[in-house]
Amino acid sequence: MQPAKPDLLDTANVYLPSEDIVSREIEGELILIPIVAGIGDVDDDIFSFNDVARDIWRRFDGNRSLDDIIQELAEEYEAPIDRIKADVIGWTSELLRRKMLVQR
Amino acid sequence: MNSYVMKTSRWQGPRSLLPALDIELTERCQNNCCHCCINLPEDDPAITREMTALEIKRILQQAVDLGCLQVRLTGGEPLLRHDFEDIYHYARQLGLRVMLFTNARLITPSLADLFARVPPLLPIEVSVYGMTSATYDAVARIQGAFAEFWQGIESLLQRNVQFIVKWVDLPMNRFELETFQRWAATLPWADQPPGINRSLQLRSRRDAPDKDRLIQSLRSVQEKPLVNEDIRNFCRNFLGPPGVQLFTCGCGEKPCVDAYGRLQPCLDMRAPELSYDLRTRSLRDAMLRFFPALKSQTATDPHYLERCARCFLKSLCEQCPARSWSETGSLDTPVEHLCRITHEQARALGLLAEDERGWKIIDWRNRIDNIDSL
Ligand code: SF4
Ligand code: SF4
Repeated sequence: MQPAKPDLLDTANVYLPSEDIVSREIEGELILIPIVAGIGDVDDDIFSFNDVARDIWRRFDGNRSLDDIIQELAEEYEAPIDRIKADVIGWTSELLRRKMLVQR
Repeated sequence: MNSYVMKTSRWQGPRSLLPALDIELTERCQNNCCHCCINLPEDDPAITREMTALEIKRILQQAVDLGCLQVRLTGGEPLLRHDFEDIYHYARQLGLRVMLFTNARLITPSLADLFARVPPLLPIEVSVYGMTSATYDAVARIQGAFAEFWQGIESLLQRNVQFIVKWVDLPMNRFELETFQRWAATLPWADQPPGINRSLQLRSRRDAPDKDRLIQSLRSVQEKPLVNEDIRNFCRNFLGPPGVQLFTCGCGEKPCVDAYGRLQPCLDMRAPELSYDLRTRSLRDAMLRFFPALKSQTATDPHYLERCARCFLKSLCEQCPARSWSETGSLDTPVEHLCRITHEQARALGLLAEDERGWKIIDWRNRIDNIDSL
């Protein structure tokens, strides 16, 4: 496993959650809690996702590539693949920048 | 972050069965503060009865399974435990935010490094007993305590680890309160004035008759009533007779595990019959069955029923089952010194005339409505 560089994001890559965060589901809401410093903007940040984000996050399982994820979401949401792709890449880049995801 | 992420700071999500849990890691402390209710000597034999790290981890896991997001590690002095770092790490790895209550004397550079690397996600809360060695050491009754406290503070500051400070206000340190307030205002995270603790519990259990007698004799001391807009607002919103229900608070909603694995309804309530042994039973059972059953209890003491149950000042008064138990050994005996303080307060606010009693007032609603003009 290695930290991924967001600017080199390749949709053939496979990503999985970093060991520096814990994801928890509390009363149906998914939250990500940093274990180490430097993930949030301030030290007490924790992160909560909306439903779409949660659907994407769950697919970062270390098996699916970004391409797989984009394909699945396009089918599930019946949305144009280019729009899904732009969203997923944008969001994945942000998660990588914050070191919440690592590349397999 | 983009629109997929709903909130990014101080998350307040849906309420779980157990949003937060307090754990007293030990009742021992290396300070010997004159006012403290929970400070066995550092080497007290009680250490052999304390929960093991494994037992604490099991409780933390159960808490997480119930949706707990926050654990307060307190004591005694929690950092006295040699396995503190192990327990802390485990809590953080489970995705818990940790609130640490400490006197900071054992915050070494290496522990501060840990807090900088693996932040607790909540500010560390440090109690302060004086601003000079002479005063601090006199309150803590340990020579050299202030120097260690100050080093601990320096270690946190140097690493930018968030902490807040709380003053414990006593006759012997009051002359340094202003110095403390000025210093506290200079701390990087001082977004509001520091807490000042004036309401001190002098004992945690009724297990030392000598101490009980001493406390009884101290209880005649009058306290100065506080009158300000906050108190008036509080009265407008919360005063009124509570009725016969014994627990009118959030009993069991913020429970506390004592150092020996007994779950109490809150930090202050140590009556054995109201605690639940987590060494043999589960946190889930306590939350789903034991505490809800407590909440339905009603008072039986005739004095309570005649007075507190009908007293419109109840929310101003610190009388509660824990205070009652700690002062009298029963859950529902009116505590006379609390009653006196409350009546003084009510008179100062203009809610009562000199010879009136809170439980005899029929037009209490009018009095609260007119609190400004009285
Ligand atoms: S101590 Fe007071 S506040 Fe805590 S559970 Fe008991 S009655 Fe409620
Ligand atoms: S003021 Fe006295 S009567 Fe009223 S609640 Fe407090 S102890 Fe009870």
